[in-house]
Amino acid sequence: MPMIEFKSVNKWYGGFQVLRDCTTKVEKGEVVVVCGPSGSGKSTLIKCVNALEPFQQGEIIVNGQSVGDKTTNLPRLRSQIGMVFQHFELFPHMTVLENLNLAQVKVLGRGADEAAEKSQMLLKRVGMLDHAPKFPGQLSGGQQQRVAIARGLAMDPIAMLFDEPTSALDPEMINEVLDVMVELAHEGMTMMCVTHEMGFARKVAHRVIFMDRGEIVEDATKDEFFGTPRSERAQLFLSKILQH
Amino acid sequence: MNYNWNWGVFFQETPEGGTLYWEMLVSGLGWTLAVSVVAWLIAMIVGAVIGTLRTLDSKAPALFGHAWVELFRNIPLLVQMFLWYFVIPEFVPPLKRWMVNTDPVYAQFLAAVLCLGLFTSARIAEQVRAGIQSLPRGQRLAGSALGLTTWQTYRYVLLPMAFRIIIPPLTSETMNLIKNSSIALTIGLAELTFRARELGEYTFSFFEAFTAATMVYVIISMSANRVMAWVERRVAVPGLIAAGGGGH
Repeated sequence: MPMIEFKSVNKWYGGFQVLRDCTTKVEKGEVVVVCGPSGSGKSTLIKCVNALEPFQQGEIIVNGQSVGDKTTNLPRLRSQIGMVFQHFELFPHMTVLENLNLAQVKVLGRGADEAAEKSQMLLKRVGMLDHAPKFPGQLSGGQQQRVAIARGLAMDPIAMLFDEPTSALDPEMINEVLDVMVELAHEGMTMMCVTHEMGFARKVAHRVIFMDRGEIVEDATKDEFFGTPRSERAQLFLSKILQH
Repeated sequence: MNYNWNWGVFFQETPEGGTLYWEMLVSGLGWTLAVSVVAWLIAMIVGAVIGTLRTLDSKAPALFGHAWVELFRNIPLLVQMFLWYFVIPEFVPPLKRWMVNTDPVYAQFLAAVLCLGLFTSARIAEQVRAGIQSLPRGQRLAGSALGLTTWQTYRYVLLPMAFRIIIPPLTSETMNLIKNSSIALTIGLAELTFRARELGEYTFSFFEAFTAATMVYVIISMSANRVMAWVERRVAVPGLIAAGGGGH
């Protein structure tokens, strides 16, 4: 059974169709990179996985639960999927440690000590333990994003979603975030990453999905994708971003 | 202008006997403060709830919040005071019976705090709504993505930041509320302005009476301002230059 499965997903914003008949899947332990030009629907696609965006047609199954089903307990489902955003979205009025503790205590019902222990372990893992008492506004972008990843991991997720995690970062901070993601991939985390970091894709992705105008144009293994993309549109896209 | 100031008037005995005029003003001040504090609590609680409703995705609560705001801010405050004291009790017989049978000061106090509290709640609701809407949309998404319910997302993520952002306008609303409490004199509540006018009428020392009242209002109003400024410093988030952090 795949961890995440999309079956003919269609989504409209009013009369504008943002997702067209998207069908794909992510197996357990698989790293899938989603790329494509801006406005192609890749962020929308992964936001549908944890129902941050509703969709009108089709089905998404996460770990056996149907996301669009009205009887699905969405907060519970979401708590099992970690998500990392382009602009970090740490809670600015809470310390780094409190950011990690909050949902562990309020959603998973962990005790304060247990949560803090888990948080500290994860902060150590992303190299941010020394910054635990600081507030997000006192950290660099790269540091904030590493904390955001730790916050997602603190929920013991069955999969992690990354929505352009390095797009808002200064160039010198991109690698510290990618390093954490690479490590996570090597540990066998199921990951779906919207990113333009093709180096990251080459290094750890199992599959690459290329989207254009709301459609999944290319859904290939890494080697196939970087070898000879089948579609012209993917070739054009790659030639543009790999030029330099 | 030839006017013989007579500050000694405050130490003369009132016609009621046993009390001095300054004590009468202080009792008025007591009512002013009592009305302001209770009305402020009503305004903050109801304002936070209504402001939150207006930012929900579901239509019905948002519509209710909108109607609430329009109702209370489109009727003059003075008219609202008369409605609460003279009109609404006519439609609620038990309330009317209670008003007739108890000391009128209780009914005046109740009408005044409801009127001022709900009137101000509509204004605070708008500030709260603006505060929530000024936060990046991703904050709400991040709360949801962690599995927080809508209520928890508001309680722990959105409202704490929204309230920090709107402290300056809330300060203005608080000061307005204190000053607006003088409207309660129109339904007979013996608050500060009522007492100042009474003092003037008994002694013809209107200048002294209203000078004193003015100074007292300025002092309470400025104190409220200072307290809010202190609160703002206390809850300031380290690393944020202006609370909010909206733009990137």
